[in-house]
Amino acid sequence: MTTLTTRPTATSRSARRDPMTIALRGLTRLAQASVLDRWGLRGRAERTAFHATRVGMGAAARASRTFAKGSGPATPQRQSTGGGADLFDLTPSEEQQMLAEVVREFAAEQVRPAADDADRKHATPEGLVAAAAELGMWQLGVPESLGGLTAERSVVSGVLVSEALAHGDLGLAVACLAPGAVATALGLWGSADQQATYLPAFVGDTPPTAALALTEPVVLFDVLAPATKAVRTADGWRLDGVKSLVPNAATCELFVVGATVEGEGGGPALFVVESATAGLTVEDEPAMGLRGAQTGRLRLDGVVVPATSRLDGTEGAAAAYRECVRLSRLAWASLAVGTCQAVLDYVVPYVNDRVAFGEPISHRQAVAFTVADIATELAGIRLTVLRAAGRLDRGLDAAREVALARRLASHHGMQIGSDGVQLLGGHGYVREHPVERWYRDLRAVGVMEGVVLV
Amino acid sequence: MINLEIPRKMAPAVKQAQAVANGVLRPISRTYDRFEHTRPKELDMLGAVVDGLDAAGAGGSGAKGVRREAPKSGEVRNGTNLSTVLSIMEVSYGDVGLVLALPRQGLGNAAVASVANDEQLARFGHLWAAMAITEPGCGSDSAAIRTTATKDGDEYVLNGEKIYVTAGERCEAVVVWASLDPGLGRAAIKPFVVEKGTPGFTVARLEEKLGIRASDTATLILDDVRVPASNLLGDPEVKADKSFAGVMQTFDNTRPLVAGMAVGVARAALEEATRLLAGAGVTVDYDAAPHAQPAAAAELLALEADYESAYLLTLRAAWMADNGQPNSLEASMAKAKAGRTATDVALRCLALVGSLAYGEDLLLEKWARDAKILDIFEGTQQIQKLIIARRLLGKSSAELR
Repeated sequence: MTTLTTRPTATSRSARRDPMTIALRGLTRLAQASVLDRWGLRGRAERTAFHATRVGMGAAARASRTFAKGSGPATPQRQSTGGGADLFDLTPSEEQQMLAEVVREFAAEQVRPAADDADRKHATPEGLVAAAAELGMWQLGVPESLGGLTAERSVVSGVLVSEALAHGDLGLAVACLAPGAVATALGLWGSADQQATYLPAFVGDTPPTAALALTEPVVLFDVLAPATKAVRTADGWRLDGVKSLVPNAATCELFVVGATVEGEGGGPALFVVESATAGLTVEDEPAMGLRGAQTGRLRLDGVVVPATSRLDGTEGAAAAYRECVRLSRLAWASLAVGTCQAVLDYVVPYVNDRVAFGEPISHRQAVAFTVADIATELAGIRLTVLRAAGRLDRGLDAAREVALARRLASHHGMQIGSDGVQLLGGHGYVREHPVERWYRDLRAVGVMEGVVLV
Repeated sequence: MINLEIPRKMAPAVKQAQAVANGVLRPISRTYDRFEHTRPKELDMLGAVVDGLDAAGAGGSGAKGVRREAPKSGEVRNGTNLSTVLSIMEVSYGDVGLVLALPRQGLGNAAVASVANDEQLARFGHLWAAMAITEPGCGSDSAAIRTTATKDGDEYVLNGEKIYVTAGERCEAVVVWASLDPGLGRAAIKPFVVEKGTPGFTVARLEEKLGIRASDTATLILDDVRVPASNLLGDPEVKADKSFAGVMQTFDNTRPLVAGMAVGVARAALEEATRLLAGAGVTVDYDAAPHAQPAAAAELLALEADYESAYLLTLRAAWMADNGQPNSLEASMAKAKAGRTATDVALRCLALVGSLAYGEDLLLEKWARDAKILDIFEGTQQIQKLIIARRLLGKSSAELR
């Protein structure tokens, strides 16, 4: 049990404010091998034992932490959105380039090497998520006054981080980013009290595992009309329903779940649910891919939460929910870009090295043209994602752009995953090469809702 | 600072091009599709307007906007390549066949703008210039050009036959690609400006085409055509290591323009189908999942997504040119994606609307015919893929053929 009340000191906050400092802080921490060793080695044995006991049975959700109720100022803290020059420009800012570089290194050195094992075991390596947290990834969406890294919110930065991480592995990227999505949700739509209660933990020394659970195991699932119900009670809400494919559900300390509000106008809304709440059970839910995210199913049976649990945002709970769905879809599209880039980077040397009929198979148009298509479609997805992100950073509506990015990432992203396997032939179909895992992971894009946010 | 919105300073040019598309091109679109080989007189006036814009420095409204300028270090530019491609998208949304028939906006003009020296620019810049590369025996394989240019004193003597020359009849000059020595392959191929009226230079016939019928497509014969030596664009030396540099430089600059045409046609089809389906009660809900809306709406969403991809790839190629970045790979990606997308979008929009759109009452069937050329000229889909693949895989044209 940990009660988190500590807040960063004024000096540490101001040192964190400068984006250059963020990136340097990340680099420094990466260079400190001891950090990674510490996290990388801890708890592997316990994790395996825990995983073995929970498979196949429902387990009470972990109740390792109580969140001390906090009360905040009269109005919630929000990050500002930037303006920027009135120029078409494809150059990330210097800070964004450094941030992406730090995450790329992390993805190459820590994520990719751990991916195969995590996929086999359907388990997130114990230290990985904590190491990601130490890089500051979860704090991008936390208002600066609450200990976050930046005063200005940048969806583009979120997109670049997601892409860089998913170049390492999509499943592990989801595991690393999932708790940050909850912090971002609280930053964007939380009340002052909700922020005061939960956000200090995310900027503390041992940030909580958390997940944003919107997806449901329902045929033709419509995220805008979740089957999970929220009914008003005398002093709060009662939640009933099932959420599926929740990353690290078994170890989560905090959930944000989507539910349809019964009565009073209705509509979908987001609710904060602490894992210690009675009526919450978790079971293992392995899937085709995202196995490194250790997905689980979350059942809410008469879960009673306080009246203050709903995230009402600034324009109402339904508007917050809709914005959440959009930001999540954009995040998934960004992840697809990263994994598709991994596919391209993998197949280029492969088709150049692989010899058939006396020459490299890349000398055949059927092979070479497939590589050209992968690169072209990938570039198109990336630009569409960036346009949506850039619009959001300017405070422009991006419903259209997000929908188009999602379609491209789902359709062409999956085609790229399929082509990646095809180009390797039989070798692509076996675990010897990562393309078979990327194929499985990329199907998640367009299927999954929630979980990640930019 | 990443931003993929069009800067406000380009809004007037875009608006002007829109006015041309809706006010001038659309009303005469069907007429000149029906009466192939009839010169659209309305365009003479329009050509003068475009010239006026260029002279006034509002520039970048035409093919001359592709001339590259040296970038200032560290400063992001939105220049004439971007504004040109934006204008091309808009007018092609009006009618791409008529755009190809616009006086002084030919691909030859883009070639002159790209590779001419200042003296040549002064001599030829005001002429309507077509581009002649293809021959009966050579299409995509430009190295197989058989038209010859033989030096004779201060002149070159040109002999050969060129086909599929866009605006070949109506233009005032043609940029003819000819070989100084067919035995030397690509390195010996050079562009020459040949003015109409030069003795021995004749139009043999005009093609009857699937689409873009407002634009004339000619076969040209060169029979001992003499031009001054100074009509050769670029370097007269045959250098093996700089083989084909002129052709390639031109194409790097013109591929985004053709991609822009494809984007314009795709948008025309998409907007028309969207309008017609809305009248039938079907609209796209961007927040709803594709499976949670009518199949026709989901199809529109899918088509619009590919349109968006083509649009942004095209803007990227133009933006890179404005900022002095080599963009051969990106220009080919734009051309490949936009070419196939325009055809796909137009055909599927027609099918979505149904038999009504197959008839000539609407323009959808015309756009579906017009679109196909955009995946063929200025380098076919397959040629673009070769360029992209060779670049990505580090292969020569001898290895990946």
